Amino acid sequence: MRIQHCTSCGSYQHHPRPICVTCGGDRPDEVEAAGTGTVDSFTVVHRAEKPYVLARVRLTEGPVVLTHLTGVPEPRCDQPVRLVEGSEPPVFTGSLFSGSCDGL
Amino acid sequence: MTGVAIAGAAECDLGATGKTILELQTQAVTRALDDAGLTLADVDGIATNGISRFSATQLADWLGLQPSWCDSTFAGGAVFEMYVARAAQAIAAGQCGTVVISYASDQRSARRRGLTAVYDEGTPEAEWEAPYEPLYPISYYAMVAQRYLHVHGLNRADLASVAVAARARAQINPKAWTYGKGPLTVDDVLAAPQISSPLGRLDCCLVTDGGGAIVLTSLERARDLPKRPVEVLGYGEALTHTGMASEPDLLRTGAIDSGRRAFARAGLTPADIDVVQLYDSFTVSVPLGLEALGFAAPGEGLAVTTPHNTTGGGLAYCHPGQFGVLLLVEAVRQLRGECGDRQVPGASTALAHGTGGIFSSHATVILGADR
Repeated sequence: MRIQHCTSCGSYQHHPRPICVTCGGDRPDEVEAAGTGTVDSFTVVHRAEKPYVLARVRLTEGPVVLTHLTGVPEPRCDQPVRLVEGSEPPVFTGSLFSGSCDGL
Repeated sequence: MTGVAIAGAAECDLGATGKTILELQTQAVTRALDDAGLTLADVDGIATNGISRFSATQLADWLGLQPSWCDSTFAGGAVFEMYVARAAQAIAAGQCGTVVISYASDQRSARRRGLTAVYDEGTPEAEWEAPYEPLYPISYYAMVAQRYLHVHGLNRADLASVAVAARARAQINPKAWTYGKGPLTVDDVLAAPQISSPLGRLDCCLVTDGGGAIVLTSLERARDLPKRPVEVLGYGEALTHTGMASEPDLLRTGAIDSGRRAFARAGLTPADIDVVQLYDSFTVSVPLGLEALGFAAPGEGLAVTTPHNTTGGGLAYCHPGQFGVLLLVEAVRQLRGECGDRQVPGASTALAHGTGGIFSSHATVILGADR
């Protein structure tokens, strides 16, 4: 997944904008994100034909993205996750371990 | 101190009314003016939204007024607290003398409410968030709640206690939607269908018709009117985000800055406040809001003893889409001592805190009974 990197101050941001919201610089570049991060928070959306896990993932580079978690039966805040390669729109799955459930 | 006071306050019909928005607006405005001892002919300022694209102008036309000041800022349910700030400034500056702030919704009768977000074309949310199908606004509050429970080592039953308390307060407010429906238990809240975990149906505010209005004028003039004036002592606001991924810290809401600004302007601290009216869109909004406003340390908002949400709030009394105006109506009534069984004895200062969108906008108003 592509995120923006500011050539003036080095900040990362997502979604893309014509300016850097950290320093106001007007030349943000696009770079490939590492595809790793942690779950900031999540919610299981039950009002749907098939429930799904909506999540905020904090990328290793810093920005938070809204996404889905797949293959994580018991999601947990702060658990490490990784990008599912080739997913479109990008979704994340567990990495290393998956812990206990948080009031699901 | 602003030198501006609230001289009138009223609800329109609440619940399932079968009335239109403009019928309910008319009730709210004329009842609030009656309460103030004023008439439509006195009104030269209007602040409202939710009627049409030109809401304030629309209401002025409907009421046969040609005001010298208006505000139709749209910032979700917090905006009525913002209108108080704008109106106090306009009155102090001499642009107008008597402002009516009003709101009404027919959302229950008209079955308008939907859970799916309507994303404006061309916004980043439409491109980057809509594909993930969040429920709007509940999925955001759900993620706030999940993080809140995680960070503070709490569980769903702790949050459920907020709904239980709101229902209990509504049992002494005959105007409340759940009045006479009896108490809730924590188990009832936990057993209700999950919508967006950890929030279930009973963690969510009601969907009702309703609304209200308040009338503002100079404190000096208000002292010549029949009801005890309620002075606007301070106000503050903060806008933080529109997207569900924009805010870096889910638990650092705009209420922190909004509250600080209002307290600084009023020269007061949370310890000086007798009664709080806080926008309880969802159960988690109550402890988190009370903490952000300084009534408790982080994680301790469920233990706050300052009287709050005396009507039963959006969870148990009325939630007409934007609840902020009714927070002000109840704050005024508490400061006048008009609340009967639910009256906080001797209340002389009140804080009303509105939130809008997905904790997107925050606005705080601090009021004091005129001595």
